[in-house]
Formats: sequence, C-alpha cells, structure tokens
Amino acid sequence: MPTLKVTKPALPSQDKRWRIVDAKMRRYGYESHALIEVLHCVQECFGYLDEESLKFVSAALCVPLSKVYGVATFYNFFNLKPQGEHNCVICMGTACYIKGAPQILDAVEKAAGVKAGETTPDGKVSVLTARCFGSCGLAPALIFDGEVSAKADASKCAQKINEWMAK
Amino acid sequence: MTPEDLNKIAETERDAQQFATHTLNVCVAAGCVSTQADKVKEALEAEVASRGLKDHCKVRGVGCMGLCMAGPLVSVDGDKTLYQHVAKTDAPQIIEQLGKAPLKRLECKTAQPFFTRQKKIVLENCGTIDCERIEEYIAASGYEALMMALTQMSPADVVKEVTTSGLRGRGGAGFPTGLKWSTVAKAARKPKYVVCNADEGDPGAFMDRSVLESDPHRIVEGMAIAGYAIGAEKGYIYVRAEYPLAVKRLQAAIKQAERQGLLGNAILGTTFNFSLEIRLGAGAFVCGEETALLASVEGRRGQPRPRPPFPAEVGLWGGPTLINNVETFSSIAPIIRNGGAWFAGIGSADSKGTKVFALAGRVSNTGLIEVPMGITLREIIFEIGGGIPDGKKFKAVQTGGPSGGCIPEQFLDMPVDYESLTKAGSIMGSGGMIVMDETSCMVDVAKFFMDFCMTESCGKCVPCRVGTTQMHRILEKVTKGTATECDLVLLEELCDMVRSTSLCGLGMTAPNPVLSTLRYFKDEYLAHIKEKRCPAGVCKFGKEHAHA
Repeated sequence: MPTLKVTKPALPSQDKRWRIVDAKMRRYGYESHALIEVLHCVQECFGYLDEESLKFVSAALCVPLSKVYGVATFYNFFNLKPQGEHNCVICMGTACYIKGAPQILDAVEKAAGVKAGETTPDGKVSVLTARCFGSCGLAPALIFDGEVSAKADASKCAQKINEWMAK
Repeated sequence: MTPEDLNKIAETERDAQQFATHTLNVCVAAGCVSTQADKVKEALEAEVASRGLKDHCKVRGVGCMGLCMAGPLVSVDGDKTLYQHVAKTDAPQIIEQLGKAPLKRLECKTAQPFFTRQKKIVLENCGTIDCERIEEYIAASGYEALMMALTQMSPADVVKEVTTSGLRGRGGAGFPTGLKWSTVAKAARKPKYVVCNADEGDPGAFMDRSVLESDPHRIVEGMAIAGYAIGAEKGYIYVRAEYPLAVKRLQAAIKQAERQGLLGNAILGTTFNFSLEIRLGAGAFVCGEETALLASVEGRRGQPRPRPPFPAEVGLWGGPTLINNVETFSSIAPIIRNGGAWFAGIGSADSKGTKVFALAGRVSNTGLIEVPMGITLREIIFEIGGGIPDGKKFKAVQTGGPSGGCIPEQFLDMPVDYESLTKAGSIMGSGGMIVMDETSCMVDVAKFFMDFCMTESCGKCVPCRVGTTQMHRILEKVTKGTATECDLVLLEELCDMVRSTSLCGLGMTAPNPVLSTLRYFKDEYLAHIKEKRCPAGVCKFGKEHAHA
C-alpha cells in the first residue's frame, strides 16, 4: 500500500524560538499526541498562541487546525492574546476566597482599570485570575510576575499595580 | 544497578550525614518559597561558608514541614529545634546559637498538637530529606520496596499485599486500590499503562503538590512497583502546569532514577523494564476525571466519555490502564516494605491507613497534616488546627472541594472516613479541608462552587452544561434578594436532575455544595429570601438593590 508522504512545513520565520519549538516536536516524533506539550512550548517561547503558530503546529503534527484551535481554547492555561509587560494573577481558590480574594480582585481591577482576563490598553499590566495555586496555607495569595505573594492585602496590591502603571 | 549497589549508596549517604555535626534543614516547598525561604537558605549557606564551618555544618533544602502559616521554617539538628518566620537577616544569629540554647525569638514549639497528633506515612520524608537528591531518598529506605518487589515477590504477591492493606483510592472516590490493580493485572491485552493523576484541581487542596515537591522519588517508586504488578512498561504522570516547582523536581527525580538504573531497562538487574514520562495539564478541572485525563494525555480536549468500558480495560490508546492518585502511589512503598497487614492495622474499620489533609481557611494552623483515618473533625480543627482565630465562632468545614459539601458543627465528633463523610452529605475528596467561621455566608459559598463547576463544565453533556448554569442563576438571585421560595424547590429539583443524569463525576457531584448547605443552613437561604438579609453580612443586596 502506498504510504502518504507528508512534508514538514518550513519554520514560519528566522526567529530562533521556532527552532526550540521544532526540537520539541522532533523529540516526540511529530506525533499528534504531543499537541498539548508543543502548545506549552510555543507559549513559553512566545508568551501566547497566535494564528501563525497554531497553523504551524497543526501542519507539523498533522492535526486539523480546528482540533488545534479546540485544544488551545479548551484549556485555561493557554493565552490567545499577547499578555501585558507585567502580570498579576489572583488566586480565587476556596481558601483565598474565604479570606478576602474578592476584595483584592476588586482593588486590583480598580487600580489597573481593567477587568480580570484583560490587559491595560498601554500593554503594561494584565490582570488574571487562577483557580488555585495550592498556596492555600498562605491565603489570600497572588502572583506578581511569577513571584508568589502570600497573605496579601488589598491596598498593598493596588499600590503595586499603580507602581507598574506609573513606570 | 544491583541490590548491593543500592545498599552501598544508602550506607555511603548515611555515613556522610553522620559526619556533619550540625544540620540545618530549610523548607523549600512552594509555600515557604513564597515567603522567601530560598533567600534564607542562601543566607545560611553564606554564613556557614564565611565562618569556615562548611565541613561540620550542612545546610539542606528539604520538603514541606507542614506548618505553612509559620514559614519560612528552618529545623536544626533533626527535629530538636524548629524556627518559624525566619528572615535572611536571622542567619548569623541562628549559626551563632548552633549547639547552644535555641533562639527564643524564632522558636516554634514542636511539642504542640499540630506536630504530636500526626502520623506520617505518606509524608514520612517530607521535611527531613533533600528533595533534589536521590541518595538521600535511598538512605531513607527509598527504592527498598521496589527491590523487594522485583527480587522477592511475584506480581501477584504485590497485588495481594496491596489488597491486604485495604488501601482505597486517595483521589476522592475511595475505590479499593487492590481491586483496581488486580483488574488491570488480569487484563490480557498489551501494552498496559500506569498513569498518575497529579492534576490536583480542587481549589483549596495542596497535598499532592507538597508530596511532588518534597518527595518526588516516592511517586516514581510507587509507579514502578505498580508497573511490575500489572505488567506495564510505560507510565505517565499528568501534572498541572500551575505547579512549576513540582514539575521541575519530578523531572529531576526521573532523570536521577534513570541514571541510577532504577528506571529504564532491566531495573535492578531483573528483566523488568519501566519508563516514565511527564505530561503537563493545561488548567482544566475536568481532567481530574479519569477518562478526561486520558484524553488530555493523548493530546486532545479533556472531555470524559461514558464508562464502561473502564480505563482498567480500555484506557490510554485503548490499552488497559491503571490510574491512581499521587497519594495512593505514595502509600505503596511503605505498604510493600512493612506489609499490607501493618497498613491495615492503622485507621478505622473500612478506611485503612492515614490521610493527608490540607488545612486552610479560618483556622489558626494552616498547612499540611497527615492523620490516621477515623480521627474526628474536632480533633483536626481544634487540636491540630488550633481552633478558629480572632475569637470567632466555627460555622462549617468544607471537604472535597467543588464535589464535596459543608459539614456543620453537630458533626464535629464524627470520625473522618469515607462512609461517614458521605453520610454527612460531603465526600472525602482529595483532602482539602477549608474551615469557615461566622463571617462566611453559606449561600455565597454554594454560589462560589457553582460558579466553579459552571465554568469548568466541559460542555459535553447537557445536564451539567445547562444545569450548573441554571443553578448558578438561582443562587445569584438568592444572594441578590430577588429569589422566592419556589426557586428553592426548583433548585432542589435541578440538583437531583444534574446528579442523576450527568455523564461524569464533575456533573454528578456538582450539586453537593448546594445540597449540603440547603440541608444544614436552610435558615440562611430563607433569611436571604424572606428578610432580604445576609446573616453573615457578605451579600450586599440591600442598598444596591434599592438604588437599582
């Protein structure tokens, strides 16, 4: 039986980060089940998943674009829009909720002037919420640019956002 | 690697540990790291180096010591002295006091019930071994169980031992682990797979995270033993991407185990081959459900499928698959080492062994605890947990996350085991335990969980997708003071419908928080509806409503 030959798509650009993505795919033998791992890799390299990268991954792994898009939008972890220069993730887990996360979210949203899930128009700050970081013993918790801040206080959080906005 | 080599590594490591006059263990699990424990460790190391004490004094990064609220924690010379809230500027004084009386200012009493009432099996190495070195795990009897299983036991013996232990799935449902293992072992088709569910999605639960970060080799060992018992050569660990530190340590652990020949081909000189791969989750609560998890490992959207066939028969890529939770796999090595009967001797009649709980919310000692099954809620919350802070009054304890329920005061003396919790309208769940005091509104809490289930519903089946949205709408009306008593009747009907007709566990258990609060706190619902008043003062419908 003749086998269908699939040519691998060319890298979208000269950007070196594509080579990291390609290396990841090669490690998994371009198998379709590596899709989520590869999307993680793209997001780690580029910060978010744009149309170009979804198309590239779809062609390279031989997964229909509709399925790639389905996976990218199904999971909360993937961003389809570029993120702000700084990001603030507020934990909305049960322990944090009981200990005042809604008030913190309010204060942060007011300071940034955007709602959770949005980025300020100047691209400086993204406000995000998370289901639970597992820092429940130190609730309420939030993450400022990757650093967990424990036993947070609403006014101090707003202050931090203001500092970022003023820069 | 042969069994002799393993013993040699253990002995060399034990000798090296005895050589040091003083050891300083710094907790470097995620909780303490977020309060700058890594900086404390650096400061201590620098201080030791500058005083030229490097040969006598060892600074180690260890796993979770449990009492997260007091972090960063540093223990000195075993568990003799424990320091809490350590800052990097405290390093000189701590080093100065080595071998002398402990620093009063930072001392955390280890004689308090929080430490003395616990029984550690799963967490036995947490806080005592360096979580990034395989040698220390081996020195603490690590991989001994794997060696015993491979060299002295047949696969059937291993399954028998697990069955005897009475271990039940720690992911929440409490399915007998031995039965699951024997079903997969009996399946004739190959290849088979072992999958570890480390997608700890329940908000308010961080047990698996702590074990993954503090003692990753324990999971590797447990999974390898499972692979031997059921005849699988490949395992996957499905971890949340939200736990980067856990992923990093697990990756390191797998590499170390491969290098030592404890994973890979011909493990410990036998014919057994086993390899492990990590798969990252991407933030979907439903992936905690086993068929959804398998879909996600295969790179698809995490949507469940009807069972049967169960994954034990048709699982990953159609092969028979054993899926267990992190804590379940963590219990395996001690069971093999000490025998199933030993494990069965701990706990209550139908729930054997110990359970790890993540204690959080309005309780004085928040953190991670491991207690024998059958202990009462009162002992956990008021003795180990130290009661409710700020002189407030206990209202309820929430177990089982969005699939569980709120347990009121009258059940505080109930033993904690699978059956009792179910009878009280909640579930054991994975082990999150959130304490609430009078400042929490139970309707608001029910709405919080319903919002969670509504957003996390995968959308595949109608009862869950539409039902959770409708229930959320009614709860929203109650908290805004626009609901009527008819709405409560409708709410109960919806709960029943969603529970009996949803496709997977997420939908079937989604009504639990509503049902349990309706059962025990109906007066709060009625106060919202009839008097337009929130007894806890959380729902602010009064004024806003008048303006609208």
